[in-house]
Amino acid sequence: MYEIDAKGMYYRKLNELVRKAVGDGEKEILLKNVNGQYYIGDGIREKVKIIIEGVPGNDLAAFMDGPTIIVKDNAQDNIGNTMNSGKVVVHGHAGDVLGYGMRGGKLHVLGDVGYRVGIHMKGLKKQIPVIISGGTAGDFLGEYMAGGILILLGLDEKSDRPLVGDYIGTGMHGGSIFIRGDVDKTRCGAEVGVMEPDDKDMKTIRECLKEFCEDFALDLEEIMKKPFKKLVPVSARPYGNLYAY
Amino acid sequence: MNHNFQKDIAGCGLTGIISRKKRRLDGSLIKNSLCLMRDRGNGLGAGYAAYGIYPDFEDFYAFHVMYDDRTSRMEMEEHLKDSYDVEKIEEIPTFPVKSIVISPLLVRYFVKPKKGRLVGGISEDDFVVKTVMKVNSEIEGAYVFSSGKNMGVFKGVGNPKEIAEFYRIEEYEGYIWTGHTRFPTNTPGWWGGAHPFTLLDWSIVHNGEISSYGINKRYLEMYGYKLTLLTDTEVAAYLLDLLVRKHGLDIKTACTALAAPFWKDVDRMEDGRREVLTALRLTYASALLNGPFSLLFGHSKGLVGINDRIKLRPLVAATKDDLVYMASEESAIREICSAPDSVWAPRAGEPVVVEVSEE
Repeated sequence: MYEIDAKGMYYRKLNELVRKAVGDGEKEILLKNVNGQYYIGDGIREKVKIIIEGVPGNDLAAFMDGPTIIVKDNAQDNIGNTMNSGKVVVHGHAGDVLGYGMRGGKLHVLGDVGYRVGIHMKGLKKQIPVIISGGTAGDFLGEYMAGGILILLGLDEKSDRPLVGDYIGTGMHGGSIFIRGDVDKTRCGAEVGVMEPDDKDMKTIRECLKEFCEDFALDLEEIMKKPFKKLVPVSARPYGNLYAY
Repeated sequence: MNHNFQKDIAGCGLTGIISRKKRRLDGSLIKNSLCLMRDRGNGLGAGYAAYGIYPDFEDFYAFHVMYDDRTSRMEMEEHLKDSYDVEKIEEIPTFPVKSIVISPLLVRYFVKPKKGRLVGGISEDDFVVKTVMKVNSEIEGAYVFSSGKNMGVFKGVGNPKEIAEFYRIEEYEGYIWTGHTRFPTNTPGWWGGAHPFTLLDWSIVHNGEISSYGINKRYLEMYGYKLTLLTDTEVAAYLLDLLVRKHGLDIKTACTALAAPFWKDVDRMEDGRREVLTALRLTYASALLNGPFSLLFGHSKGLVGINDRIKLRPLVAATKDDLVYMASEESAIREICSAPDSVWAPRAGEPVVVEVSEE
């Protein structure tokens, strides 16, 4: 495994070294002592594995197309902006605006996530982006969501934070949100329908969670014991007439 | 590969530390924390606030004043000697920094209002507020940028590292510190426009835009505050002074007035609480801070962090023993505290209120 000690290193230097290692054909890169460096993994198109020790800075894995990034600690804001393929695994919590315009790949966060998670996630052709959080989420979960799958688990029974915030799926017009627990309809956008998942949905959830559980050594059957709610847009073009008058 | 993009990363960055046991920490911690976020600013403003740094003068108001020229200094000092007992005058110690070519004349004064000048039962604090407003609006080229007791603000045009070196920040020891790096968007990057903004022992650092500035300004002017520093953040400092010191609200209630719950949420509250929140929102409609913000405010007894109601700016908090940290990015905390006891992102509009324990 190729190692880079990122201690005190400016983000430009670090990302140069990462890209050079990828260019040299390294398949597994360990970044030690990372703290706050922006843009790690951005735009990389090889199927490499990048392991991060420490807290990576904002805009991790933006425009990423192929790599797997493992963050052993917490992560910050704006992970996976317009990501096309690959995977990000965060062993702690993550911040706001995750998966902005994400059109493929996976984002697995063991802990809580912040505000505006999955904003304008969309999918592309046959690609279905997936974001899963094992914790709680802030307001605007799945805002303007156009495609893909968002799953929220609330695994920590002792957490004093609400499972999900306000304005869930505001402006949503595609994709599905699955929440493990109850959802207050008054906290959802006007265009969001809350329903029971059918067998096909449960199969999808199970498939997504199987990999999530493998990433974090969790018990899939235990997680599946608790019922989910499904949130989907109930109007295809809610604002189709907005400018028609 | 296609990675030759150069980008200015906008945002402002803020950070703060408090020791609940009032342990005094030297300025290197806050400097290192802030410098990690140097890309959140663009060199057009940085500053630090520190509490507990003047124990030898703790009963005196410490005025930090910036002057454009000697004339403004003479005029200010004439006014000061007329109204105050002046214990000490000195230039604020600075260190030459290559990139800071021009700086105002920076002087500090340890003062007490003359007893005879406190006519009509005016309190010392009110007298000081009047002085600050008068100087900042009437004495051309003089700005009081710090006026609390046993605390001080050090700020200017530069990046966090330069400003820290310039003011020799590491030589001060305080039990509360805040720091800010600025990326000015709407208003000029000048020495008086750097954060923290202060009045008495209130100090504010802010990331975002207070789009209710006009409403807040007119409201404050009715109470005699004068908004002279050309930057939205100034209103937050004066609003706290008005709501907490003058009107007697506790900190949490003041925060609820500044970042009030939406009416739809007020309507859902249980009886009693709904009436209280309705009254608070109506009474302080003009004190509501609208627009995106995360801000930290320090005062002699504590440190508070708060976000706007839909969390349009970042804020992370952490604890380690008697210390509480708050910053725009978790990495800014981890830079000076690698293994915190707990780390969390405060929810929108919910203040993190930390107070020092009473001695």
